[in-house]
Amino acid sequence: MNITMNTPSINTKITPGDCGDTGIPNSMYSESLSQKSHSDTDSPPHITAKDFSIFYGKFEAVKKVNIEIPEKEVTAIIGPSGCGKSTFLRCINRMNDLIPICHTTGELIFDNYNIFESQVNVVALRQRIGMVFQRPNPFPKSIFDNIAYGPRLQGIKSKAKLSQIVETSLKSAAIWNEVKDRLNQNALGLSGGQQQRICLARALAVKPEILLMDEPTSALDPKATSRIENLIDELRGDYTIIIVTHNMQQASRVSDKTAFFYEGNLVEFDRTEHIFTNPSMKQTEDYITGRFG
Amino acid sequence: MNIKSRNILNHSFTGFSVFAVLIMVLSLIALLGPIILRGANAYIFKATIEHEKVLMNLFGRGNKNALTKETAQTNTARAELYSTMDSFEPELEELINTDPERGYALDADYSEFKIAIRKLLGPRPGEKTPVMMRDRYGATRWDKSLEILSNAIKITEWDYSTGMGVEVFKPRKALYKGTKLEKAFDDYLTEDYLKTMMEPGWTFYYGFLTDASFDAHFFGGVWPEVIGTLYLTFGSMLLAIPAGIIAAIYLVEYAGDTKLIAFIRSCIGTLAGVPSVVFGLFGLACFLGNDSIFSVSENSSVAAGCLTLALLVLPTIIRATEEAIRAVPNSYKEGSVGLGATKWECISKVILPSALPGILTGIVISMGRAAGETAPIIFTAAVSVGKAIHIGDIFSQPTPALPWNIYNLCTEHQEVDQIRYVQYGMVFTLVAIVLILNLSAIYLRARVSKNLRG
Repeated sequence: MNITMNTPSINTKITPGDCGDTGIPNSMYSESLSQKSHSDTDSPPHITAKDFSIFYGKFEAVKKVNIEIPEKEVTAIIGPSGCGKSTFLRCINRMNDLIPICHTTGELIFDNYNIFESQVNVVALRQRIGMVFQRPNPFPKSIFDNIAYGPRLQGIKSKAKLSQIVETSLKSAAIWNEVKDRLNQNALGLSGGQQQRICLARALAVKPEILLMDEPTSALDPKATSRIENLIDELRGDYTIIIVTHNMQQASRVSDKTAFFYEGNLVEFDRTEHIFTNPSMKQTEDYITGRFG
Repeated sequence: MNIKSRNILNHSFTGFSVFAVLIMVLSLIALLGPIILRGANAYIFKATIEHEKVLMNLFGRGNKNALTKETAQTNTARAELYSTMDSFEPELEELINTDPERGYALDADYSEFKIAIRKLLGPRPGEKTPVMMRDRYGATRWDKSLEILSNAIKITEWDYSTGMGVEVFKPRKALYKGTKLEKAFDDYLTEDYLKTMMEPGWTFYYGFLTDASFDAHFFGGVWPEVIGTLYLTFGSMLLAIPAGIIAAIYLVEYAGDTKLIAFIRSCIGTLAGVPSVVFGLFGLACFLGNDSIFSVSENSSVAAGCLTLALLVLPTIIRATEEAIRAVPNSYKEGSVGLGATKWECISKVILPSALPGILTGIVISMGRAAGETAPIIFTAAVSVGKAIHIGDIFSQPTPALPWNIYNLCTEHQEVDQIRYVQYGMVFTLVAIVLILNLSAIYLRARVSKNLRG
């Protein structure tokens, strides 16, 4: 069923002549990027952006980004506030559909399709690309119902099967031992860090291929943060993880590759150790050394 | 301003708030106190043997043997009074012949006296059953008996000597001085002897709630009104709740921010403030008669009343639901959509359950309003006297309903002074029904919120 929900009729088709205006800096970055990624990346790309731009009304929040996000690795997106990193992340599972004035140009290719094509089934897309948000947002339901929410949407009704999914998901989110005795209690009664892991388990329960994390630890204390980071480390290899973070130490700790966004442009995208030890761009170096941002 | 005067201002505001709350509590007590006290008087009161007779004859309740025994006892006591009156009657005729002036004066007064006694004790044993049901029994309530008694033993006269009419009471006994009836005033028309004639006793008349009414509320209870009120309330809520919630969902989640939608929103707001009598006339024009737009029935019917009341409370429900849906954190929506929920799944599984407490608040307010509104049902559903409505008749029959009958009793009833207690009883019952409905909704809301909070 190729029905799209609430898709604003946006012009997603790009004629070949439109893209790659030479002379604009970011196309230069993308050249350097493609060289780097060809030489360094050992995984095939899972998501590919081609001249991908995001507009809020007339404001261009993300400008003609070209990026290839490798499969089953952790990719961090860093950059100062308002650089478009969260906006870009949200577009990957089309959460931007919730904002009526938002539209995109260019292509964002996942599984050989531009996900902004009108025949893409958004619901199916979001089941394959899960998301964890900045603030823990468990539903005001029991822990069990929170985790079983996604599987139930997919039509799984058997209690035994659901219990099994709930247990597996909670175990992969490393929270099973803390909540196994109170699965019927409201998830809002948990601490912030626990709630965030519940949200992670909830996202894992639909068995996504990609996990998007929008500053998942910014509302958490250091202890809870390190648990989430350990978790990301454990999930590496099973899922493609894209994490937006303000925290450069976090990016260097958890990610395999790092993308640096600045004012809507993708400035640099490379192996994390390269970015943090030997960045090719001056702006990147200035940012990671704390000269601005 | 220095810190001292700022503190004084602060404290005086606290004082004002406490004062305002105190005034509110006092007025609530002043309002509810009489309603509860007088209303409870319809349920709990000192009943006479006549009340027991009514219960036995009309509803078949009570101990038949005990009643027969008591009736015999009171009849013996009453027979003394009757025989005194019987012995006076030939004397009166004689008096008319010998002293026509006093005779005719006594004759006129005596017929008034007889009416009072009849009201007090009911028809004499062996007399033909009166046509009006209210004449078949004496005073059923002790307070009423005492009132009639005090009227029976005194005469009301008007004294115009000061130029202004002043009501003066004279003992009736003086009028009958020297006649055989004088004995009745001394021996029988006293509170003590009345007790032996009426056998008063405290009773809890639960039937006031569950009994049908007889002879325009002279006897029986208010069950037809109660059941009518419940039908109208639940019927209108059944129509208004789904319609209101669906409309609110559409307005918040689906309709955009167009000028048309803004216009519709302000229309809903205006509709919430339209006087209820306008809705009543609208219901009359739209739902009744064969030539109306959405004809429900030829004459007024419960269904037409439900529709009218539903329209009346619809704006309130829409507004409350809209607010409640808007108050649901956006992160719930994002979380749900992010897991692959469709818009409808997101609304039905996450947004509506989270908005439920707010929606219930709107329902509580509307339910109280639907139960208590008079004007919308005057033309569409209400009838002054009627039987308890049957579910099959809701499309064809009107029903008595508490708000309308309270109004009707105090404005159109012939002898409302005789049955004030029924009026207060109805008010009390209505307040109790609204309170119970509200309390159960509030309890439900508390439970739902607790489940949501964890």
